[in-house]
Amino acid sequence: MSVDLGKYATTVLSAYAASLVLLALLVAVTFWRGRKIRARMTALDATKSKARSDAAH
Amino acid sequence: MSLWQYANPRKFLATSERVLPALWAGAVLCLLVGLTWGFAFTPDDYRQGSTVKIIYLHVPSALMAINAWLMMLVASLVWLVRRHHVSALAARAAAPVGATMTVIALATGAIWGQPMWGTWWAWDPRLTSFLILFLFYLGYIALWSSIDQPDTAADLTSVLCLVGSVFAILSRYAVNFWNQGLHQGASLSLDKEENVADVFYHPLLICIAGFVLLFLALVLYRTGTEIRARRIRALLLRQGAEV
Repeated sequence: MSVDLGKYATTVLSAYAASLVLLALLVAVTFWRGRKIRARMTALDATKSKARSDAAH
Repeated sequence: MSLWQYANPRKFLATSERVLPALWAGAVLCLLVGLTWGFAFTPDDYRQGSTVKIIYLHVPSALMAINAWLMMLVASLVWLVRRHHVSALAARAAAPVGATMTVIALATGAIWGQPMWGTWWAWDPRLTSFLILFLFYLGYIALWSSIDQPDTAADLTSVLCLVGSVFAILSRYAVNFWNQGLHQGASLSLDKEENVADVFYHPLLICIAGFVLLFLALVLYRTGTEIRARRIRALLLRQGAEV
């Protein structure tokens, strides 16, 4: 399947490329920060429960 | 059952974890179908040629740029009136998404405008109000980052959001307020005569649904991240106080 964009091929393709790159960046940054914060939260919770069990013994 | 129960961070996180897979899946599906249909299976416009295919990115992103700010306005009002932290964090989470949508709308508009109007940019009412809206987004994000005290940051950004709402509304209705400039009227209208032709309308609606679902998924996910980040801050402050 090929789409004939005629003389505006560069215009249309650059609009799609720019938009998809921006959307992909937004999603990537969102997941990257989300995972970083989740990992930090898990580590903090683990430290907290270790400190609690140490105090109990 | 009340809407306010979602002001509880635990309840919000549990609900969003359940809803998010469906939102991501819906967003990807709608965007794939809508963009493929629009790009590959719609004809060229008799005046604009193949550049009409940019409509499937330009219109949904512009709609979301405005609606993201309006969502932030509602969340900010809830924060100012009822002091629910989740609403302030949801507004914070939505800002980078809205800013990206504004950049996409401005970029695709400029790329589309160059062959159609003969210029990348004009100080047209709609273009200018969109640029100002983008500057408000940047100011909003910068203000959140520059204040250490989260409640003060939420207060000040909420006030900024109220002021910026004027430009969000102006961006939407600029063509109606000032009947001048290069930008044409709204592509979607309740008046069938003014609407885009059916052949472009249906894939456009699917793309809009895709952008709405993507926005919701991103905002829910990012709000969850903000809630966790706030909890980490509170835990660290408590640990610091205990030491």
